Amino acid sequence: MFSLDETDLAIMRATQSGLPLTPRPYQTIAEQLGLSAEDVMSRMINMQEQGVIRRIGVVPNHYKLGYRFNGMTVWNIPDEVIDELGEKVGQLDFVSHCYHRPRHLPEWPYNLFAMVHGKSQAAVDQQIKVMSELLGAYNQGHEVLYSTEILKKTGFRSGG
Amino acid sequence: MLNPLPSHPLTYEQPLSNALQITPLHTRLLNDFQRDFPLSPRPYLEIAEHLGVSEEAVLSALSDLSEHDYISRVGPIIPPNQLGVSTLVAMAIPPEQLQRVADQISARPEVNHNYEREHRFNLWFVLIASDAVHLQQVLDSIDEETGYQTLSLPLVDEFFIDLGFNLDLPHV
Repeated sequence: MFSLDETDLAIMRATQSGLPLTPRPYQTIAEQLGLSAEDVMSRMINMQEQGVIRRIGVVPNHYKLGYRFNGMTVWNIPDEVIDELGEKVGQLDFVSHCYHRPRHLPEWPYNLFAMVHGKSQAAVDQQIKVMSELLGAYNQGHEVLYSTEILKKTGFRSGG
Repeated sequence: MLNPLPSHPLTYEQPLSNALQITPLHTRLLNDFQRDFPLSPRPYLEIAEHLGVSEEAVLSALSDLSEHDYISRVGPIIPPNQLGVSTLVAMAIPPEQLQRVADQISARPEVNHNYEREHRFNLWFVLIASDAVHLQQVLDSIDEETGYQTLSLPLVDEFFIDLGFNLDLPHV
């Protein structure tokens, strides 16, 4: 397994809140860390190849762009088909993240999590209908948890 | 998912005085550059040349989007569990206690993405720690500090590699 050294970690910390909006952003980061721009770029290329960085790009704020209805849909799916069905759900274009998480019986029976985003309640209702139809009889119960307030949002964009 | 360009400039949410008028350049930047940001000495210049505008125009458009909070940043996305270990935590908190508990939890450096949700489990957040032992310590410490039980739902599997989200925005 690829392991990060202290310099890699320093680059991750220096870029986690975003690259500078200056003509030579890697040079700016490099100067902060006492490195060369070439070193910063080659290490970031390497981290991307190793999957430590998934992608680099513009991170839109969905809420601000009109996606006010953000639902965490949770489903109870038989374990023997969750991999196959999870892949299908994850590929729907309105699903931004799709995870298998453990059940926690009796209070938490759901093992498939899919985040959906819509500009209206009707749009999200339609998305959930599409997912229900896709899962069919394998869906042994589901709920949608809407976020009512964002209490903290910082740091790395990790899905958890 | 792309709609035709409307006849009027699009504005979102903010009152007219400080609203950002979304231009075709903003839209291209929002939609087409969620990945593959160049790892080259002048990345914004590279994007500018691709779009047929100046480097300054790209930097200024990204600054506009950032200042108005239409983007949270331009930078790397890290998959779960790449830097340390993480879990999704749910808690069922009586409504009158929610603000106090949420504040206690948000104050912790290991906490990321703390959301109130409409459910009996009404508080949801991501914990990121250096290792599994540290993660469990934080969970135990939250149980003790808040007086409520954490439900930890760590990732078993991720089904789709998140390569960005197709925004339904006017296109050029």
